[in-house]
Amino acid sequence: MAIRERLSGNEAVAMAMKQINPDVVAAFPITPSTEIPQYFSTFVADGAVDTEFVAVESEHSAMSACIGAQAAGGRAMTATSANGLALMWECLYIAACSRLPIVMAVVNRTLSGPLNIHNDHSDSMGARDSGWIQLYSENNQEAYDNMLMANRIAEHPDVLLPVMVCQDGFITSHAIENIELLEDDKVKAFVGEYKPADYLLNKENPISMGPLDHFTHCFEHKRQQAQAMMNAKKVILEVSEEFAKLTGRKYGLFEEYKTEDAEVCMVVLNSTAGTAKFVVDQLRAQGKKVGLIKPRVFRPFPVDEIAAALSKFKAVAVMDKADSFNAAGGPLFTEVTSALFSKGFFGPKVVNYIYGLGGRDVKTTDIEFVFEKILDIASTGKVDSVYNYLGVRE
Amino acid sequence: MAYNLKEVAKRPERFTGGHRMCAGCGAPVVVRQILRAVKPEDHAVIGAATGCLEVSSFLYPFTSWNDSFIHNAFENVAASISGAEAAYQAMNRKGKINGEVKFIAFGGDGGTYDIGLQALSGAMERGHDMVYVCYDNGAYMNTGIQRSSATPKYADTTTSPAGKKIPGKQQSRKDLTEVMANHHIPYVAQTAAIGNMKDLYEKAEKALYTKGPAFLNVLAPCPRGWQYNTPDLMELNKLAVETCYWPLYEVIEGKYIINYKPKNKLPVKEFLKAQGRFKHLFKAGNEYMIDEIQAEVDRRWNALLKLAGEQ
Repeated sequence: MAIRERLSGNEAVAMAMKQINPDVVAAFPITPSTEIPQYFSTFVADGAVDTEFVAVESEHSAMSACIGAQAAGGRAMTATSANGLALMWECLYIAACSRLPIVMAVVNRTLSGPLNIHNDHSDSMGARDSGWIQLYSENNQEAYDNMLMANRIAEHPDVLLPVMVCQDGFITSHAIENIELLEDDKVKAFVGEYKPADYLLNKENPISMGPLDHFTHCFEHKRQQAQAMMNAKKVILEVSEEFAKLTGRKYGLFEEYKTEDAEVCMVVLNSTAGTAKFVVDQLRAQGKKVGLIKPRVFRPFPVDEIAAALSKFKAVAVMDKADSFNAAGGPLFTEVTSALFSKGFFGPKVVNYIYGLGGRDVKTTDIEFVFEKILDIASTGKVDSVYNYLGVRE
Repeated sequence: MAYNLKEVAKRPERFTGGHRMCAGCGAPVVVRQILRAVKPEDHAVIGAATGCLEVSSFLYPFTSWNDSFIHNAFENVAASISGAEAAYQAMNRKGKINGEVKFIAFGGDGGTYDIGLQALSGAMERGHDMVYVCYDNGAYMNTGIQRSSATPKYADTTTSPAGKKIPGKQQSRKDLTEVMANHHIPYVAQTAAIGNMKDLYEKAEKALYTKGPAFLNVLAPCPRGWQYNTPDLMELNKLAVETCYWPLYEVIEGKYIINYKPKNKLPVKEFLKAQGRFKHLFKAGNEYMIDEIQAEVDRRWNALLKLAGEQ
């Protein structure tokens, strides 16, 4: 029997980590992810886990220690946000290229500057090309479920890549919602033992890791890394299917909401998808054919599937809670439009809205405004502006 | 068992030949001798910061390390090895490890005094059972001899050149051994590869087999940066010690012990004149620079004598 609880997003992640019982958690406090190492420290202090908790002096050292721990042969986890993730930047790339299946909870927060503790996606979007698998979560249940699946995806021999599980700072990290937890023994059985093929603590077969890798071999290693990311899509689907059998909760590469007969569609990540689903329901009640797609997997980007799913709409609005400062469009927008173009789908008119930067509240009226815009585009076929800002004074 | 170089040199090499360190470089001598102090039956997990040692010992697909080795980045070898040690603690509790494992981090002075200081301080304060070894050659040698906070005053480097107006580095060197001693960790020592390398071996052994964090600061002359003839390596080590530029001492649980006091403390000039980077100090009118360095060496030596209760 599943356990019904009421937990915040941070509590849910900490609970998943407790049930996974990793060998090492190395973390540094940063709002709004601080609670995760806090909760986890109490599990350590109370002897509820076997983990070695390393209270490092910076996020750079948090990721460095995770790299050392995972390379040594242990399971390593951490949590961070915003500037903490930025301070890890150098090591994110090293973790990925070293093929170390580290799992990290990212509680999305605006990356400085200016200093701002509230939610947007500038932190994890900045790390999108670091070689980490990125899973996004609408609510605490999804954050918990993604955490439970992350090790299985990361450690799969066809993948061996680190995974970050993202959720929205404060909006879901600090909001208490109902949640369904798995029993400890079921989590243990599902996640399984970590059995790396090669690791530093193996006296019988010592290895060297992290070479100076010149042009004679470096490209081949990067190619293998790229292949691992390509392989990840299939593994994510397999693990999600197994998870669905265990829990009844189904996850794919993205979620489609009321898209069957929709004419227009919004593409949106994380908690805003919850707000947008409410608006979809309201507009549907008015007879308007609107739908929503919420990507769960941003890395690898599901190019074929997203392009195919979006190809049938007349107009699409891609919502970005991060700006690329390229004077052209946010990161989700450029991925979506590039997917459509490269797969030969030129039907839908696609526009971009940058929204919610620095934690600016996104209201149902904002979402409604965007749907009305794309409904108008669908009926007139005219796009007056592709790259737009939503809810900002200008 | 009394130290015997012939005996310890017979042990299988943990750091093999074939690496690409320069002839006359102090670092590989230091690394080999330290690893000889690891008991033959023990496994070692060794890390190196980005630097000469790393890029010359582990070029894919070749490695000079017979133990397990990891290089992560420039500033984080202490954190990386602390993570490996943490994994060991957890896996040991679960019964997944057989035998003793030693955790050793190597960094140059750039990766230790400067960019890696924070990670080092953190790892030592957290009390990991590991040894951090700084091989101090007094500049960023790997990138082409740029000044570090370990570079001595007036030294000519590529970012503190001895120019027409500014005669080399304008600041005295940081005393990292003292910084680490003030972390109040179980074992801190300053050493160099002199004579039969007994001092270096014994300190490495103490550092490795003292539970908890230990720090070794080891002088490692660089023929490119210091500008000496490669066969003079051991002579430079000796001069550094005989002039008290680089005193040999250790701090065991807070107690200072000076391991060697020269009977006739040589003037620092003897150490300086053996190196091309101080050439400009010997031009007429620049005597004040040597006097100043001598005064600083004396001041620090006297301070050390006081700490050791010898003055």
